[in-house]
Amino acid sequence: MHEHSSGDWTVLTIAGELDVVGAPELRQHVLRCVAAGHHHLVLDLTGVDYVDSFGLGVLIGSLKRVRLLDGDLRLVVPEPRVRRVLELCDLDRVFALHDDLDQAMVAS
Amino acid sequence: MTLSEGGSTPRRAPTTSRLSFEIPARTDFVSFARVVVAGAAELRADISPERVEDLKLAVSEAVTNAINAQGRIGRNDRIRLECWLGDDELTVIIHDHGDGFSTADIPDLPEPDHPDRLLHESGLGLHLMSMLADESEVSSGDDGTDVKLVVYSTRRRLST
Repeated sequence: MHEHSSGDWTVLTIAGELDVVGAPELRQHVLRCVAAGHHHLVLDLTGVDYVDSFGLGVLIGSLKRVRLLDGDLRLVVPEPRVRRVLELCDLDRVFALHDDLDQAMVAS
Repeated sequence: MTLSEGGSTPRRAPTTSRLSFEIPARTDFVSFARVVVAGAAELRADISPERVEDLKLAVSEAVTNAINAQGRIGRNDRIRLECWLGDDELTVIIHDHGDGFSTADIPDLPEPDHPDRLLHESGLGLHLMSMLADESEVSSGDDGTDVKLVVYSTRRRLST
């Protein structure tokens, strides 16, 4: 997992499987970011090829945490399979989904 | 792992192959289970790659539920999976020895734009299973739970 800053946003780049095995690492990383005062997060899931309900739960929990601190969380989800899973759970209406990082950064 | 053939007569009658295997009740074996089931599904040329991906996720959700159900009561039995490859569908049964659950216990999720939606970090697994499989069924009893998932062939999907 890679982290970098861009303006007010902290971008976390995630790769691999965001599932019951891989997602706990993301949760810990988000918790560290929030504890460090970074409440505006972009999770770049371009390199994620698989997500399960546990991974979705970590995404929802991450959004909840930053919102409690008046922050925000955006998702970059170009992979159709991953986007479909989000849509099956109506999470495309919960998260701001973007096709690429540039689009996520310029969204208002 | 066992693979057997059945129902081979008479000619042109439906044939069914059965594959069964067990995994340790550990989350690091979930991906193994879904890869094996996907391999079984790919033996059926008439199941599209997209549906195989759907089945992989549905099976993963069922296996994760099974591991968690056993974990809640401290049981460490292996999780058993059976795949039945019919001419027009693939059926997967996931059996555990957990404390059981009912789909009626799953709370309704608030609308996506409701603030309380973010209180529901879990509980999406059963929802996903039912959305991804053509049929899904949960049977809980004293000896655990059977989750049955069925994915139809493209031909059967088009004819129903």
